[in-house]
Order: sequence, then C-alpha cells, then structure tokens
Amino acid sequence: MNIFVCVKQVPDTETKITPNGDGTFIETSSIKWIMNPYDEFAVEQALLLKAAAAGSTVTVVRVGSVQDTEALRTALAMGADEAILVEAEDNLDSYMISKALKGAIEKSDKSADIIFSGKQAIDDDCLQVPQLVAQMLDMPSVTVVVGFEHADGKTSLKREVEGGTIEVYDVSGPVMVACNKGLNTPRYASLPGIMKAKRKPLQQLSLGDVGVSADDRRLKYSGFQLPPEKPPGKKFEAMEEGAQAGVVAEVVGLLRSEAKVI
Amino acid sequence: MINFELNQEQKEIHEMAMKFARQDMIPNSAEYDQKSEMPMQILEKAWSLGLVNTCIPTSFGGTGFSTMDSMIITEALAYGCLGMNTAIMANDLAILPIVIGGSEEQKERFLKPFTESYKIAAFCLTEPSNGSDAAGIKTTIKDAGDHWVINGQKMWITNAGYADLFTLYGTMDPALKHKGICAVVIEKGAEGIEIGAPEKKMGHCCSDTRSVTFKDVKIPKENMLGKPGDGWKIAMKTLDHSRPMVASSAVGGAQCALDYALAYAKERVQFGKPISGHQSIQFMLAEMAMKVESSRLLVQKSAWLIDCGQSNTKLASMAKAYASDAFMQVATDAVQIYGGYGYSKEYPVEKLMRDAKLIQIYEGTSQIQRLVIAKEILA
Repeated sequence: MNIFVCVKQVPDTETKITPNGDGTFIETSSIKWIMNPYDEFAVEQALLLKAAAAGSTVTVVRVGSVQDTEALRTALAMGADEAILVEAEDNLDSYMISKALKGAIEKSDKSADIIFSGKQAIDDDCLQVPQLVAQMLDMPSVTVVVGFEHADGKTSLKREVEGGTIEVYDVSGPVMVACNKGLNTPRYASLPGIMKAKRKPLQQLSLGDVGVSADDRRLKYSGFQLPPEKPPGKKFEAMEEGAQAGVVAEVVGLLRSEAKVI
Repeated sequence: MINFELNQEQKEIHEMAMKFARQDMIPNSAEYDQKSEMPMQILEKAWSLGLVNTCIPTSFGGTGFSTMDSMIITEALAYGCLGMNTAIMANDLAILPIVIGGSEEQKERFLKPFTESYKIAAFCLTEPSNGSDAAGIKTTIKDAGDHWVINGQKMWITNAGYADLFTLYGTMDPALKHKGICAVVIEKGAEGIEIGAPEKKMGHCCSDTRSVTFKDVKIPKENMLGKPGDGWKIAMKTLDHSRPMVASSAVGGAQCALDYALAYAKERVQFGKPISGHQSIQFMLAEMAMKVESSRLLVQKSAWLIDCGQSNTKLASMAKAYASDAFMQVATDAVQIYGGYGYSKEYPVEKLMRDAKLIQIYEGTSQIQRLVIAKEILA
C-alpha cells in the first residue's frame, strides 16, 4: 500500500507567540517547532497500517519553511520511509497548503491508497486541509477519526461527533483520514530511529513544482496583534464581622453596572 | 574552530531523551523513590528506545554514540530521575571495561546480548574496606589451571540484585598493588555468588544497591579482560569515560532543581510580589544558573576530549568534582527557595537534595577528584 501522511509543523505549545515587526504575521525566528500533535496520531496510524500490510511504504509530506524540518525528521525517526518537503513561507492559507499537498502527492509517482493527517493544526485551528486535499484528489474524507480498521481494501472508521456519539463509516478504495486524539498512542522516535532517519530520502520541491502560485491565495492576513491585556481583577475584603453584607451589595452592584452580566 | 552548538542529530537525541524524562520518569520518580523499588517497566522502555548501554559500538549491535552523545542522554535521564539514571548508568559503567579492554570475541559474547534484550550489569570495584584506595582491593583472582577462582566481598554494588553480568576487579597478589589488578567478567548464576540484602539509602532509592560476596567462584580463563595485571589500566580508562557521565548526571539534576526553583519563585508571593522579584532570591537563582552552565561546559569539554582521542583525565575529574559540588549547592538552594515546602516530601526538591549527595561520593569522591587534578597539574 502507498500510505501518505500530511504533517504540519507548529510552534511548541509553550512558545510565547508575538506578532512580527510589521504585524503581517507572527515572529517565527524564535519559535521552537514541533510536529502538530494531532499529526502524531496520523503518523502512528500510518506506521501501524504499514506493519499490518506487508510491502507498504509511508511517505510524509509537509508544506513549509526549510529552516527547520522538525516535523518531517520526527516522522522519519518514528519509522516513516520517505519524506517530501514543499518549500514555502509559513504563512500560506489552507487552500494553498492543500493544493501543494495534492500536487506533491501526485508528483510522487505513487497513487495514494490512504492519506492520513491530523484533524486540525493547533496553531491556526482552521480545520480545512484534510477535507480540501480529499476534494482536490477526488476521494472521500472522514474527519475526527478515533477508530481505524483496514482489511481487504476496505476501511472502517469511527468518527466522534457532538456529545460523544460515534459514527461508523465503511469506505472502499482510497480515503483521507483526519485523526483525533484517542485513536492510538504515538510511539517515541527511538534513538536508533533518529540515527536511521538521517539516511532516509527527503525530496525537496518548490511551490512551482507542485503547481501552486501566488494567485492561489484565498485568504489574506490583514494584521496580527496580541489580544488586549485583561484588566486586573477586583478584590473585596469581607473577613471582618458584619462586613459581608456590604461587600455582597457592592459585588452585585458591580456585576450589574460594570460587568453587565446580571 | 570552537562551536558550542549541538548538531542537529544531538538536538534530536536531547529532545527525545527529555521527552522520555518528562513523560515516563518524572511522573513516577517520587513513587519508586518512596517504595525503594527498581522501576523495571520504565527501565525496559528506556532500553527499547536506545537510551541504555549507549557505549556499545555499532559493530556489536549498539547505537555507536559518541561520548558527547552519551552525555546528552545522561543529562536528560538524570533530569527525569537520578535514581533511575543510576540504574541505567551503572550498566554503561559495567560494560565499559569490556568495550575498552575486551577482545573481539569477548565483545561479541558479552555485549551482543545487551543489544538484544534488556539486560542488567553491575560494576564491582569497591570493597567494604577499600573505596577511595581502589588499588588496595583485597578480592583475589587465583589461577587454577584451566580456570580462575574468585574470592572476596564487594560493597555498594549498583544493580547487584538484578545483574545478568558482573564486571569485577580483583588482584592476583595484593603485594603487587596496581600491577596485580585484573578485570574479569562473571555471568549470573556462577556458583558461589552471594547477593546481599538491599541497602537502605538516603537517595537514589529506586536503584538497587547491595554487597556481593564471591566464594570460590570459578570462571573460564577467557573471561579475563586483557592480560593479568591489565585491570588497573582498564579501570582508569573506564573512569575517564564514566566520570564525565556521572558529572553529566549532576548537570541534569541541577538543571531540574533550577527549573523547579525558577518556576516556584515566579509563583510564590511574599511581601506583595513574587519572590523572584526580590533581589535576595534573584542572586540565588543567578548563582544556581551560573553553576549549571559552567558544569555543563566542563562536562562537554571532557567528553569532547575523548571524542577527539585526547587524554581527558584532568578535565574528567574537574567536571566530576565541580558538577557534583555544584549540584549539591543548587539542590540545597532550591530547597531553600521553596522554604518549608521544600523540606516536604510532597514537593520534588527534597528528593533532588538527597540524590545530589551521592554524586559527590560515588565514582570517586569530590576529594579524590581534587587529588587527581592536583597530580595532573603538578606533573
């Protein structure tokens, strides 16, 4: 089987995000990058499927900057066979990224039997790429997947919907699977895995190579700024005997007049 | 050209080992410390990820890490738990003499199994009456024709209760001093090995420490590393490798204590502001950070010297003495910054302070390191 995994590189959850100098994007120079956590479930599921289906290959694809290739290296160290990097700025919109991923997958000379991705990226939370890629490749997609089984070309997928209800999809043929937490426990990249990853093929393509141009941009960022700082909370002293009644009246008054919640 | 940056692969190794420390070691360290129990599942997982026996060359199935790589791993594992790291590091200490002094046949026979499943090794040098004066060991190795016979007692042996293999130093004749010392490998189950009860220790509680008595233990001739009398040389070379490693564990522990202290100081409010806003605390934190940074630099230089094929005896002792003393001070100050909470077992820094003490003692006390340094600089 030809298994593909689309991964995104996102800022580490502990990174302090700041707008860049002219407010056109976030400042990326000081960011520590990690693989999007939902994509780890995607890589793990791809590796589990590979282990179950002899002769399979796992190809990871990413669109983004070339300075730091953390996400691809992690995927290779976990056990993926090869990687494709479409070199691009980090500020592409979902449509451009999807088109680039589609182009890269088509350019690989392997027809995709299954494509995995995370259900969303934790940086911009757009939740669009898996659906867009599937649409562009004319294949079905199932998102928020928490259960995966595959046998004889048929894929059974469990999808989590509101209220914890589970929908079950049976799909035959190629499918795009957007993975959610709970699907599996992603493995560590072992040290021998890290050493081996260096020797695995990493193909580098440009946006032009995969048929994406500036005209494909659908979303233009008008500006980035930090949310206004929260004003400090108010503290009321009510320890003294008899003070409570007055404080309660004051708090209720403020909730009405200032916070306007009652 | 001097370069203080880790290479890409080393950064990945560091990240992976720190992930293991944070996810698998730290959440369990207090529990195993209090139970004084070897965390076998965690150790096996560490082995399966390639974090154990980092000194085994690739030709015998190992990962083939440089000494610098091993330091990075040790620092991260010690950050997770000093006790678990001791159990892991003791394996390296015990198999290093084989890597250094063993023949190809011995490496194949003894090292290979360690790469095939999680096996445990114990390094047997110290005796009840010989610690710092290592050349005065009394355990005897006698030639009995077609085999060797071992008699003697070893003390404070890490991993003893679980060991599949013991690397033992003994003497052909105590009168020969250094020249009579030999290194041999003894496999588990040899008749005459008596394993003592676990020692009750101040720190590193989840690591296994016992005495081991050898009574007329017979081992094959081909289990001696090098020639009779090569033992001292092998032991000294082992220490050149293992001292930076122990020093690196001190850096990991100290970094952990510093990180806890920093986080707590920013949280704890006294006199209307976080205590990190008080200059007295800032001075302590700055001092701690200087000690961690300088310790790490010494460790890395001592490891770099080995990787360049140069002698590192002086730097290894400097790293070991400096980093372990620094760790003790940093851990003590972390407890101080936590105040009353720091003294409580509910908070993580008291364990670090207990664990720090041992690093000043094992693998050559801080005083012995100073003797080594003095000998080197006066030579």
